[in-house]
Amino acid sequence: MLRKGEYHAFTADGAGYLYLVPSAAVFRLNETSNAVLEALAEGDAEPNALANGLSTRFPLADVRDAVEDLLNAHAIKVVDLPRPLAVPAPGAPKARKRIPLTTLVLNVTSKCNLACTYCYEYGEDKIVEASTKPRFMDEATARQSVDFMFAEAGESKKVHLTFFGGETLMNFKVLKSSLAYAKARAAELGKDVEPSLTTNATLLREEIIDWIVANDVGVTVSMDGDKEKQDRFRVFNDGQGSYDMMLPNVKMLIERHKTKPVGARVTLTKQNLDVMSIYNHLRNDIGFWEVGFAPVTTSWQRDYAIQDDGFHLMLTQFQQLAGEWLEHTLAGKHHGFTNVRSTLQEIHKGMSKAYPCGAGLGLMGVATDGDVALCHRFAGSDTHKLGTVFDGVDHAHQDAFFDAHHIDAKTDCAKCWARPICAGGCYHEAHTRYGSTEQPNLHYCDWIRTWTDTCLQVYGTLAERNPELLQRYLA
Amino acid sequence: MRHLKAVNEKAHRIEATQNDVVALQGGGSPLQPTGPHIPLGCTFVFAPGWETDSTGGTAGLCQPVERDLFDCHITCFWPAHVPDLYNYAPDWTGKCAAAQSDWRKIDLIFP
Repeated sequence: MLRKGEYHAFTADGAGYLYLVPSAAVFRLNETSNAVLEALAEGDAEPNALANGLSTRFPLADVRDAVEDLLNAHAIKVVDLPRPLAVPAPGAPKARKRIPLTTLVLNVTSKCNLACTYCYEYGEDKIVEASTKPRFMDEATARQSVDFMFAEAGESKKVHLTFFGGETLMNFKVLKSSLAYAKARAAELGKDVEPSLTTNATLLREEIIDWIVANDVGVTVSMDGDKEKQDRFRVFNDGQGSYDMMLPNVKMLIERHKTKPVGARVTLTKQNLDVMSIYNHLRNDIGFWEVGFAPVTTSWQRDYAIQDDGFHLMLTQFQQLAGEWLEHTLAGKHHGFTNVRSTLQEIHKGMSKAYPCGAGLGLMGVATDGDVALCHRFAGSDTHKLGTVFDGVDHAHQDAFFDAHHIDAKTDCAKCWARPICAGGCYHEAHTRYGSTEQPNLHYCDWIRTWTDTCLQVYGTLAERNPELLQRYLA
Repeated sequence: MRHLKAVNEKAHRIEATQNDVVALQGGGSPLQPTGPHIPLGCTFVFAPGWETDSTGGTAGLCQPVERDLFDCHITCFWPAHVPDLYNYAPDWTGKCAAAQSDWRKIDLIFP
C-alpha cells in the first residue's frame, strides 16, 4: 500500500512544487508525479490500483516510474510491508561532534544612553539585573574573549567577531583594542576575522567612522523608521527622541563606508507596523543598503506587544516586499529586504534544522564579566550560562541543553511542515513569552507557515524564470 | 529521476544518492525497505485498567503499576524506566521467577 509522505506542496508560476519534510529538499513535479500525489491525497492505494486508475491519462510505465521517483525522494511511502520482529539492540551512544564556533558576540557594555521602552535588556521583560555585573567589559576580559574565540573555532579559517551592548559605542576604547588584538592573533594563526557591530548611532562620530572604515567593520543600525516612528520608543532617559541626533551620523557613515553594506534593523511593535513606509524611508530616503525587520520580543500583555491582527498586517506587507524583491532580482537589481533573502538562502541550501539557530553552538555571547551565554540576548544570565572565557565551555552543560532543546523534544512541532526552517523559533522569544527556552513559539506558528510558503513561492518563481539567479544570489 | 526535477541543493544531493551505484547496491529497491522503523511492543497493546483507574488515580488499578515496569523490562528496551540488567543490576529480577506472583519482589535500585 502506498501512502502520501510528509511534504508541503506549493505552486510557483503555474508549476507544481514539493517542499519535503524533514529533508527540506525542493523538487519540481511534472504532470505524472503530480497526478500520483493527487491520487494519494485522496487516501492510501495499492500500486497496481493506482497505476490502473491513472492509466487513462498516463502510460502505465510512466506511472510506475513516477511512483519509484517519489519513493526515492520520500515524498510517498510504503506502509504495509511485513517487518522483521527482532528489535535491534541499542548501539553505543555516539561521540558528540563539536561544532566549531564561527561567531562570538561580545557585549562590551551593558550600559545604554537610550531608554527604549521595549528593550529586552532593560525593559519590563529583562532577564539580567544589570547592577549585578560590571557595566563595562575591561580590556583583559576582551582579550581573553578573543583567545577563547580562536580556541573554540577549531579548524575554521574565518571567525566573526561581533560587538554588541548596551550601546556598543559607549566602550569604544575596548572595541579598538580588542579588534586590533584579534587581527594580530588571526595573522599569527593564519585565520581571518570579520568584525561587525550593532549601534543606535547616536554616538557615532568622525573618529569612530574612521576606525570602522579602516577596519572594514560591518555595521547594523537599530532604527525604527522616520522621526515620528523612531521617537515613539527609541528615546533618551528624559523622554526626548533620538532621531535628530542619529540621522546626520547615519548619513555620514553611509556616505563614507563603502566596503561593507550598512544595514538597518527595525523593531516592529503594535504601534509601529507600517512596514512599507518604514522600508521606503530607511532604504530610499536615508540610503541603508539593507533593512531587516523583527517583531518586538515581549510577553504578550505589554502595550507594545503585537497581537493577532498585527501579525496579519505585518505578513501582508512582508509579502508585498517579497514581491518587490522578486521583481528587482529578476531585473538584475538590488532590493534591500533582508528577511526574504535570509529565508531563501535557507531554502536553497535545504537546511533542516534540529535547533532554531546557532546559539550555543556556532554562536555564543559573552557578558561584560566574561561569562559565556547562549547568545548576546542571554549574556549575563546565570541560568543560561555555558561557561566563561577564562575556563572555556562547560560541555556537559552544553550537551544537556541541546538534548533538551532538540526539535524531536518539541511535540507541538512534530506535525508541522515548516519545522525544517523554524525548529520552534528563538529561545529568547520563548523564554520571554512562556518562561522557558524549551517551549516552541506557538504564538507565531501560522505566521511562520504562511511566510515560509510565500518564500517558497518566490523561490519556485526564480527557479522557473531564471534558475541561474538561484546560484548567483543564494548559494 | 524523470518525474521529479531537483531544484535546491538538498534535492540535488538526494538525487545524487539515487544515482550512486554503490549506495543502490547496499540499499535495494525502495519497495522493500529493510529494518523496522515503527516501534514494537506494548505501545500497540490496548490494556485498559492499568494506566489509571476509574477515578483517574492509581490506587484502584486492576493490575499494579509495577506490572508496567516489569513488562517494559522484559518485552521492550526501555532504559529510562528499568535498571541496566547487563551491567549494574544483574540480580534485579533474581527473586522474581514468575511475574504474576512475584512482582512485589522487584525492588527499586539506587545508584
